[in-house]
Amino acid sequence: MSTSAPTAAGAQVERGELEGRPKPRVSERTRAERKLGWMLCAPAVIVMLAVTAYPILYAIWLSLHRSDLRFPDRTAWIGLDNYITVLTSNLWWKDLFHTMVLTVFSVSIELVLGMLLALAMHRAIMGRGLIRTSALVPYGIVTVVAAFAWRLAFSKADGGFVPVVLNLQQDPLIVTWSTYLVAILAEVWKTTPFMALLLLSGLALVPDDLHEAAKVDGATTWQRFWKITVPLMKPAILVALLFRTLDAFRIFDTVQVLSNGSNRAIESVSQLSYNTLLVRLNLGLGSAVSVLTFLCVLIIAFVYVKFLGANLAQQRGER
Amino acid sequence: MAVDRKRWFGWAGAELIIVVAALFPVLWLLSLSLKTPATVNDGRLIPKTFSFDNYSSIFHQDIFTKALRNSIGIAAISTVIAVVLASMAAYAIARLEFPGKRLILSASLAIAMFPPVSIVGPLYDMWRTLGLYDTWPGLIIPYMTFTLPLAIFTLSAFFREIPWELEQAAQMDGATPAQAFRKVILPLAAPGVFTTAILVFIYAWNDFIFALSLTSTTRAQTVPPAIQSFTGVSQFTAPTGAIAAAAIIVTIPIVVMVLFFQRRIVAGLTAGAVKG
Repeated sequence: MSTSAPTAAGAQVERGELEGRPKPRVSERTRAERKLGWMLCAPAVIVMLAVTAYPILYAIWLSLHRSDLRFPDRTAWIGLDNYITVLTSNLWWKDLFHTMVLTVFSVSIELVLGMLLALAMHRAIMGRGLIRTSALVPYGIVTVVAAFAWRLAFSKADGGFVPVVLNLQQDPLIVTWSTYLVAILAEVWKTTPFMALLLLSGLALVPDDLHEAAKVDGATTWQRFWKITVPLMKPAILVALLFRTLDAFRIFDTVQVLSNGSNRAIESVSQLSYNTLLVRLNLGLGSAVSVLTFLCVLIIAFVYVKFLGANLAQQRGER
Repeated sequence: MAVDRKRWFGWAGAELIIVVAALFPVLWLLSLSLKTPATVNDGRLIPKTFSFDNYSSIFHQDIFTKALRNSIGIAAISTVIAVVLASMAAYAIARLEFPGKRLILSASLAIAMFPPVSIVGPLYDMWRTLGLYDTWPGLIIPYMTFTLPLAIFTLSAFFREIPWELEQAAQMDGATPAQAFRKVILPLAAPGVFTTAILVFIYAWNDFIFALSLTSTTRAQTVPPAIQSFTGVSQFTAPTGAIAAAAIIVTIPIVVMVLFFQRRIVAGLTAGAVKG
């Protein structure tokens, strides 16, 4: 994503040159303002670059080496071998599949529930504050804590009540499909409020008189929702989906807690990366997984922005 | 009248569902945390007997008390630094004209979408070389980095709304620039700064992956990774009750914040539109 930096700056310079305007003399005051602007932004920009841009470049460098902390003296340049190892392994594709299933299902369910919650917050005839407060609890709660709540409810080994109530013979958290269900449930519970709040800000932009006019013309509630609310909210919906898809794709905490112990029913790509890097201490191979995860995130963002037309400028507070 | 009453009951029902769905897992943890080791696996929603043993047991475990101290300290320091740096940048973005402004906003947006797992490996390696592994700064640095975009977006949205002419008006009336800033601008900017601080705090309080990867001992380990290594009331009991008690303790500050500042949190989230 740092690739957008040079192009944007380049475009600006080019535009100035093409217009062929004589360079206006920069006044003392403008120059002082620019200097102050840069100085005020410098600390934040330096920190952000130092902690994200540099490490990702370092990760790329590591991914091209054989670098295993258990055998430090065997470090060597091996080109794309790590990527070949990862991309030809079943584990990567299996984990990518797990991650995609979790992402697609949780984001779609969240969109539907988030929309309902946003409508409830928008139109409630009483108790708006109550809904908002309770909806913010899942948002604020620590993800690990929420995951434990679900694990302690569903796991047979931890004495959860769900297997008792449903009279299950097998622990739901050692079977793949039921672990999916619990993980999706945990994600949906935790992040639907965030989705709802983003949608709510879009909902506030839909003018009431449009609805009134449609009502007079005899449109049903359902028609008004699909023909007025949804088209006008499209930008807000796309941005909410983009944020949540990227976030869901990086899922780590929930899966880590749910699959604690030896039997890992499901594993996400973040898990794979973490395990290779910090459990098996294979920095080269782990970095290759990290870089591939980063590329997936880039692709998702690109698809949303280019093909679906998610307009992020709107979210920059430039409304 | 009958229709109105029907609508009223409809809404009451819907709201009840929302509230129960939102709070149920928390209530389940609360129930578990109050059970005794003998009844913790009984699957009952309301404990048969109430006991605070789990709470007293975790407060006697170094691993929890130190983790709690680390969590509070690290989240607080990250919040202060991130808010100061972001305020400076957001002031410049909202008030000054300078080239590169949009670039900074785009770059922060990119960082907000950045997957943390892509850099834990390099950070682990770098931190061990720099001596930052398993220290407070080792966590504060990534936390403030990942909250800066959110903080800059939220604050610049708030700062744009401030009527800055008031500053000049106060100076015309004879206030010094410092007085004008302190007495006029600061009170107007405070709500935005405060909202941002809450969102940054929630992020740092919530983080798991950095804390799991970049710490190893009670020196800097925060509560989320520490929770898994709890032991029960005695050596031979399952840690379920202890985990639930610790979970409730770390949830309390969040619930309190949400109760008191829900309006601000909502305003901040929708202004920044970046998850914390």
